Amino acid sequence: MIESITILTGHGKKGGTEGVERIDFKMGDVVSIVGPTGSGKTTLINDIELFADGTTPTGRRVLINGMPPPAEYRDNPACNPIALITQHTTFLSDLPVNEFLRTHARIRSQSPVDGDGLVRQTLDFANQLTGEPIIPTSQMTELSGGQTRALLIADATIICNTPIVLLDEVENAGIHRTRALELLRRYRKIFIFVTHDPRIALLSDYRIIMQQGRITDVLYANDEERECSVKVSQLDDLLTRMRDKLRFGERLTIEELEGVL
Amino acid sequence: MKLLICAGPATTGKTAVLRHMIRKLLAKNLRSAFLKIDVQYAEEDEIFAREFGIPTKKVYSGELCPDHCNVMVLGDALRWADAEGCQVLMVETAGLCLRCSPYVDGGLGIVVLEATSGMNLPLKVGPMLSLADIAVVTKIDRVSQAEREVFRSRIQDVAPQVRIREVNALYGIGIDPLVASVEAFPDAGENLLLRGNPPVGTCTICVGKKEIGWQAHFGVVRALENQVFYRGE
Repeated sequence: MIESITILTGHGKKGGTEGVERIDFKMGDVVSIVGPTGSGKTTLINDIELFADGTTPTGRRVLINGMPPPAEYRDNPACNPIALITQHTTFLSDLPVNEFLRTHARIRSQSPVDGDGLVRQTLDFANQLTGEPIIPTSQMTELSGGQTRALLIADATIICNTPIVLLDEVENAGIHRTRALELLRRYRKIFIFVTHDPRIALLSDYRIIMQQGRITDVLYANDEERECSVKVSQLDDLLTRMRDKLRFGERLTIEELEGVL
Repeated sequence: MKLLICAGPATTGKTAVLRHMIRKLLAKNLRSAFLKIDVQYAEEDEIFAREFGIPTKKVYSGELCPDHCNVMVLGDALRWADAEGCQVLMVETAGLCLRCSPYVDGGLGIVVLEATSGMNLPLKVGPMLSLADIAVVTKIDRVSQAEREVFRSRIQDVAPQVRIREVNALYGIGIDPLVASVEAFPDAGENLLLRGNPPVGTCTICVGKKEIGWQAHFGVVRALENQVFYRGE
């Protein structure tokens, strides 16, 4: 049973120690990583996903339940407790979607699985997030950017179904983001979001601040921010509604802004 | 002398992987000699000589198959590396026709494949993969985690006994276990043997008969609708 992950911090791009010595993520934590582009956010989740042992360029170490993780976490996908949703918007795998998912379901499980059932569930999940449904017999390489991201999220949630999920800028996915957050939060896991999105950042229990490859601080949400969060979510919903209207060729009216602004 | 033979399709990152290994071995006081075998162009020898000050050589196989060339020169190369006072000989070769492999008993065999290549690649590269000790998968940051895992399983399906190591050769992530494998490997002995069976060698095309159609050839031939068969002259 996984109860916690720990990062023992290292150093930034130009040396210089990080602002905290260690960060402990507890089961059920929802965490954001924020910072300008190039500040090392993706590198940080890659360190976590690789179970960094001091040999990555940052010198960080990752512990699971306070201990160095066993080698099988990395060598056997069935034992890997981490699912990583990367920023990739294209697949390079020249396989049909259903064959790819069936293979992934087989290797991510320690016992025989109902492959067809899992593939169906995964596609149902993905198709709730994307505008155009994914056809199981399509080639992975043919999927659009949004379909690719939707499938990555669904694969991580249904097929990997791991206690730790890392999400890299899920807001850029061109998918139904609010729906994705809703579906994800039904599961009790450690969620770590790399994000530029105020809504996601404010929904987190705490956020890790990055600058020039270093973790500079960890901020816990306070009461005032929790109040902000409600308002920010309303603003965000408003923008989503307006975006959809524009997308479907409708006109906007000034009344729509009332009550929120 | 520890012997490492590294093969893999072009541009997969063999040189990048070896660069990190040479550096990390040097840090442990193990000096490598580097031999590059290629068909017609290579500059890795000059780069490594400049970068690490280690003895390097290249051989252009030209009309010979590179793996064939490797068999010819490997004995000399081991003596050369020894005379240069090195503890490791690294041979980088471009295995090309995918019917044979350059690995020898007594040397660690590493194949370098990229995660970005097609899912059927492991099925296509034959003994270069199946006879290796370790398959190194590079460019892992270029694909999703899911694709990386499916690619790994495609390798395992064809080569279940080959160890798989995923690396990011740009930043040298995942190289340490490879270095440990070199250190743990026994020294190469005197009478080295190729690990795999060489492909059928009697070929009239290889000796210069250019006529199209099996009727013009003899020895081991094949027609479009038949399996391989033997035809006397």
